[in-house]
This record gives sequence, C-alpha cells and structure tokens, in this order.
Amino acid sequence: MKPVVILSLFLALGPNGIRGQDKPVVFTGARILPITGPPIENGVLIIQGGKIVQVGPLEDANIPSDATRHEVTGVIMPGLVDTHSHIGGPSGGDGSQPIQPECRVLDSINVHDPSIQKAQAGGLTTVNVMPGSGHLSSGQTVYIKLRDGESIEDLLIRDDKGRGLGGLKMANGTNSQRKPPFPGTRGKSAALVRQAYIDALAYGEKLRAAADDVSKRPKRDLRLEALLEVLKGRRVVHHHTHRADDIATVLRIAKEFGFRVVLHHVSEGWKVAKQIAEAKVPCSVILLDSPGGKLEAIGLRAETAGILERAGVDVSIHTDDPITDSRLFLRSGALAVRAGMTRKGALAALTIAGARALDLDKRIGSLEPGKDADFILLSGDPFSVKTKVMATWVEGRKVFDRSDPKDRLWAVGGWGASQGQVFELGCLTGEIK
Amino acid sequence: MLVGLHVLLASVLAGQSLAVKAARVHTVSGQAIENGVIVVRDGKIAAIGPAASTPIPAGLQVLEASIATPGLIDAHSVAGLAGWLNQPHDSDQHEADPAIQPELRALDAFNSHEPLIAWLRTHGITTIHTGFDTRGLISGTSVLLKTREAPLPEVVLKPRAMVLASLSDGARASGGKSPGTKAKMAAMIRQALIEAQEYAAKRSLDDAAQRPTRSLRKEALADVLAGKRPLLMTAERDRDIRTALRLQKEFGFRLVLDGGAEIYRALDVVSTAGVPVIIHPTMARSQGERENLSLETAGKLRAKDILFAFQSGYESYVPKTRVVLFEAAVAAANGLPPDGALRALTLDAARLLGVEKRVGSLDVGKDADIVLFDGDPFEYTTHVVGVVIDGRIVSRTTR
Repeated sequence: MKPVVILSLFLALGPNGIRGQDKPVVFTGARILPITGPPIENGVLIIQGGKIVQVGPLEDANIPSDATRHEVTGVIMPGLVDTHSHIGGPSGGDGSQPIQPECRVLDSINVHDPSIQKAQAGGLTTVNVMPGSGHLSSGQTVYIKLRDGESIEDLLIRDDKGRGLGGLKMANGTNSQRKPPFPGTRGKSAALVRQAYIDALAYGEKLRAAADDVSKRPKRDLRLEALLEVLKGRRVVHHHTHRADDIATVLRIAKEFGFRVVLHHVSEGWKVAKQIAEAKVPCSVILLDSPGGKLEAIGLRAETAGILERAGVDVSIHTDDPITDSRLFLRSGALAVRAGMTRKGALAALTIAGARALDLDKRIGSLEPGKDADFILLSGDPFSVKTKVMATWVEGRKVFDRSDPKDRLWAVGGWGASQGQVFELGCLTGEIK
Repeated sequence: MLVGLHVLLASVLAGQSLAVKAARVHTVSGQAIENGVIVVRDGKIAAIGPAASTPIPAGLQVLEASIATPGLIDAHSVAGLAGWLNQPHDSDQHEADPAIQPELRALDAFNSHEPLIAWLRTHGITTIHTGFDTRGLISGTSVLLKTREAPLPEVVLKPRAMVLASLSDGARASGGKSPGTKAKMAAMIRQALIEAQEYAAKRSLDDAAQRPTRSLRKEALADVLAGKRPLLMTAERDRDIRTALRLQKEFGFRLVLDGGAEIYRALDVVSTAGVPVIIHPTMARSQGERENLSLETAGKLRAKDILFAFQSGYESYVPKTRVVLFEAAVAAANGLPPDGALRALTLDAARLLGVEKRVGSLDVGKDADIVLFDGDPFEYTTHVVGVVIDGRIVSRTTR
C-alpha cells in the first residue's frame, strides 16, 4: 500500500476516489472461480480502468500487447461481500427513542480505523456497514468499497446520480427491548414499527397531494423521508432477527407494507425455512463457534445456511464484525460447508448472493466482463484453514498485499496492529510520485 | 438386591469397553500409527498398536474413523459456571465483591448438564479446566474435570486446580472501589500474599492457643505459597506479564500465565522463568487490552519451547464459548506446526494441568478419552464424528 500515491489520486479523480489503471493488467496462472460460471483451471483475468475486461481459460485469452502481466499461483475469486458489519467504529441512533431512521451511519465512520485494513486483509471488498440492533431502527446503513480513502466519501458506492447507497437497519427480538420509550415486548415492537410506516405513508400522501405546490408540502421530516424510501423500494431493510417467531413477524410486516427486506442472522431460520422461501426473502446468516450468549440466539445452528439453501432461499453470509473477525470471513463460509451447505452455495454466499442482497449484483460479486475489478488472490482452496489471502484488489487497485510487512501486520496481528492507517506526508518522506 | 447390583455393575463396566479402528491414530506421546487399533477395557486403554498386531477381542463394539486423537483439553474456560442463556441464573462465573476471594470454589458452581458443556463435548473436548472469569482480582479456585455428564465425583480430576488471579483491565473496579489501577492490583495481591504468609506461619505455631482461627481465604493463598497448586495470572499487556513475573519472583509461587496477548514481547523472560502459558484464544477479538494480539503467538511459544496450552477463555456475549479445537486450528495455520498444535491441545495441556498420567495421550493405562474425525482434525470442513470419555461413547454426533 502506498498511501501517499493514493492521496494524490484523490486530488486528481475527485470524490469517487480511486479509479484503476489505464493500461490493461493481466493475471495468469491461477485457478479462477468466477462464481457465476464454472471454475477455470489455469485461467486468465484481464482488468482495465477498474473494470474486468476478460475472464477465461488461457487458450481463449486475447492478451493485449501493452498489458502489465502478473504470473500468479493459487486461486482468484471475486472480492468478498459482507452484508452486515460494524467496521470503522460506526454508530447510529442514540438512547432517546426506538425508531431513528434519520441517523446515517456514514456520518460516524472512521475510515482510518484498523478494522478497515483488517477487512481488506480478509479479502473483503464491499461491506454493508450497519448501526446496531439496540433499536427497532437505528438508522441508515451504508454500502462501501474498501478503497484506501481519507474520508467516508472516498469509500461510498454511488448510483448514477452520484448518491451514496445504503439500506435501513431494523431489528426485533430482545436487543431493541428496553425501558420506555423503547418497547418492552414483541407486540409493542411490532405496533411501533407499524405506526412509523403508517406515518410515513401519510407523509408520502401529503407530498403527493402537494405536488409542485411548495406551500402545501408538509414540513420536511428526515425520519419519515427515510421510511418513505423504504416504502418506495429505493432502500432495502436489513433486519436483525433471530427467533423463528421474530422472523415470521418481519415477514408479516414487510408484506403488509410491501417493503423489501433482507433477514439478518436468522438463527432459527432452520425452523421456518419454507416460510422464508415462499416469501422470496433473502437471508444473510452468521456462523458462530457456539450457540447462546443471549436468549434469542440459543437456537442458532450452523446447519441453518444449508437448510435455507436447500429450501431455495438466496443465502448470503456476514461477519457482523466484531462478532466475527473480517479476517476470517472465508472461515464462515467453510463452517457453513462443514454443516451441510454446498461449496458452490457457500462461495456464492460470500460473493454474488451478498451482492444481490445489496442490489449491487450488476456491479460486483462475480468475475465477469464489465463488472468492477474487485478480486482476491488466495494461496489455495478458499475453504481450507491453511489458505491465506495473498492480495485484495478493489476496482483494479491493490489495497492489501500480504508480502508488504505493514499489510501482513494487519492480517496476522502483532505489535502495532491496533494502529489504523497513517497517511505519511510526502514532504516528510519524499514518496509522492 | 446384591445380585441386581452386580448385574448393573457388570453392564456399566461393559459400557466402558470398546475398540477404535482408525486409518491414523495420533498417540501424541509417540509416532502416529497407520491403520491403528485402540482397545479399551473398563474405561482405560488396554492396548494400542497397528491393526495387524493388535487383536480386537471378540464381542467388543468397534468404532471406526479416519483419524483418532486423544481427548482434547480446554486449559482455561468458564463454561459450566457460565451458561449459554447468559442470564443471571446461569451466570456463576463472577462474584463482584470483594476483589479477593480465593475461597470460592468452581466445583461448587459447576453444572455438568450445561448445554455449553455438551457443545464442547461434541467437539471433542473431554477435559476442561474451568472457573471464574477474569474480572476478579483473585476470583476463586478452579476445577479440572471431564466433560462427561455425570455426578461430579466420577469426573473430577482436580477439585481445586489453580487459584485464579487477574491483572486484566476487566479486573478494574469502578466508582471509587479498589482496585482502580494496575499498581493497586499488584499492591492488593502483594498484601494478600503477605497476609497469607503470616497466617500460615501463625497456624503452624506449637501453641494451639496462639493459632489464628481458620480462614479459608488465607488458607487458599497459603496453599499457593506452599506450592500445593499454581496461581494462574491473567495478563494480556506486556507490562502486566512482567508484573506477574515480578510477583512470582517475590513470592516464589508456581505461576501459570494466562492470556498473553502481548507475550511475544516477553518471550525471553517467560522462557527464562520457566513459566507455562495458557494462551488467549487465537481468534479472540483484537480489542482493548488484546488489541495487539497475534495469530502467530502460539507458534512463537512453541519455537521458544515454552510449555503452553489452548483455552476457550471467557466470552461475555456471543459466541458464548469458543472451542479450543478451532483455536488450535487457526494457530496451526499461522506458524504453529500441526503436531505442535495437537500436542498443545492434549499432552502439553495435561502436563500444564498436572494430569499427564491420566490424560493427554493414547497410551496403555491412560483414561480412554478418544476423539474420532473424518479427516484432518484442523481443517475447517472436517467433522468430529465420535467422542469417547472414560471408555464411554459420549457423542456420535457429526459436528
């Protein structure tokens, strides 16, 4: 990593951050797992301008003569997509009330936090950073690319209008039950959520009725605006939910109001897999080394991922970092396989299924021409304990290199690993190129 | 009645006899045996060797697997005191006041029916050293036992294994209570040990009238000073590790270092002091006083020939317990040779805990604690397919 160079690139390229090299870059010698297609032995990956240009077997490759070539060994697969994480020290709503969709997690993230570098070391390239589950809604989530950046703006994933993308965090069950004004029961939790969406519908109706007449418009309400985005399908709800009955409640309310939802954690999803499949609701599951720790998670089973897969549910996996360590994200996929998920399903759960859960599957999650050049180089089988992430590339730029001592420190830990990325000033080091 | 009892006893003993066949048997004490056989009689290993030269007596139940290892040992846990519900009624791992109470015995709080114990058992953990968590300065006395669900007298290896002390940040008291600082922690431990010394001296006076009344608290520390059991000290930071070593030097007790997130900064002094280490879970969260922990520490301890073992440690939230098999696996992928990882999980843990004559390796005469796997024990996608404790099949769950 050369932070100084990156800084100068920001200046040149503006808020969208890094764009990759202009010359094509070619990777040969690896086994390539495109995810959306069969594995390619001795494959070729060609990237240019931050995008994937070609993926295929060596014999079919059309390697440009001006390309920079990297002969590598091991496995190349898409950068990992984490649908639920708390890296960067995020925060959401405060203790004042249970529903605070006006809070944006992006206003709280420290991109220099070492958790970001550690996530790069784990092969993550796209992350949904969420506020917590101590509220019915703790705020808006943000989808980020793990570019090296100096502010959250440099990491945003933007739509064609330049708006940063994200979802809305919601939760039910026990975490969001507290003293008033927070709910004390599940029934109250659901009632408060229903009322909030009804308020948003009324707000939307007033906006619609006012049309272009500014004098008739209701006072702008950021809380209801965010809920209205959910109701209009522009913002996906990422819903913390563990127990089978809580899962059913999420499905019920989502159906009542017609919003799009991804179920997160889904500890007892194994009990209601058919119901989830019939609702066509995707799931983002967590794999933990033991059940328990709180009442709603005692039914957690590693088998859930495979059971949901067999029921036909679109399953992704998340770290919930710091609950599990981003550096060990591949291990979560392996544990799903250990408990019965197919290898194909588990690989998808770490990549393209996560991309679908974030509405980003046209841009990321697989190795296909036209998609972002987000990929990782592994030393071997993604699901072997022995395998190391050797390098992580985001949009054609290497953001983690295990052979770099500083990057390696973030990968394995040790003295100084708690320090975040420090931008050295070029005038002091003379490294600006 | 007597006849009935006799029949019952015979059937119980029959239940402790079986044979294991595995493509590879890791004895740990010696070379691995290809196509190995272990014959178990009355809960003990009666014979072990290559299938060709180790006949299985007729009528014995035979378990088959790809790999067999000795039962795994969790060298420091709170499971059994701490339960999976994490509610007040199943959380007996921490008594907040006072800061020093070595008279508390984990034996009196251990629940062998706890689901977390079953969870560990099905993952091949057959022996567990468990007790109070690291939030108490001197929190109590630990217990060492088998994870078999049985009346405690049947499964306890050491009813009072070690006295547990902590220089962890978690042991800081708040609200003006002591200890509020690291210096105060050391001062309080020092004072308690001095009082125990004085107590022991007075208790051995010839004149019974001069002897102080019995104090379980002082007695527990006097036992440590007399070398009856070690003092385990949790110390994560470099400076805390050195404080533990300093106290050990001052008082001469048997020290076991616990945690050791920054122990890679102090390997030479730890090695010179000859102190064994129960290393933090490899995958412990690198936060707070563990912010600088390394996945490679176990490998470094091994390279220095420091006796060490793995632990599940204390988890306040989720996962409610870690599994030492998994912790060792990640260490084995980060600089610790796989045979060293298996040794730390078995025989070295047994040595550290002082029970190597009973458990820790597959040798004739030792307890028949055996774990069966369908592949490399440390691979993520391998399963534990059977667990035997004292010759009894305690799990056939694939996990």
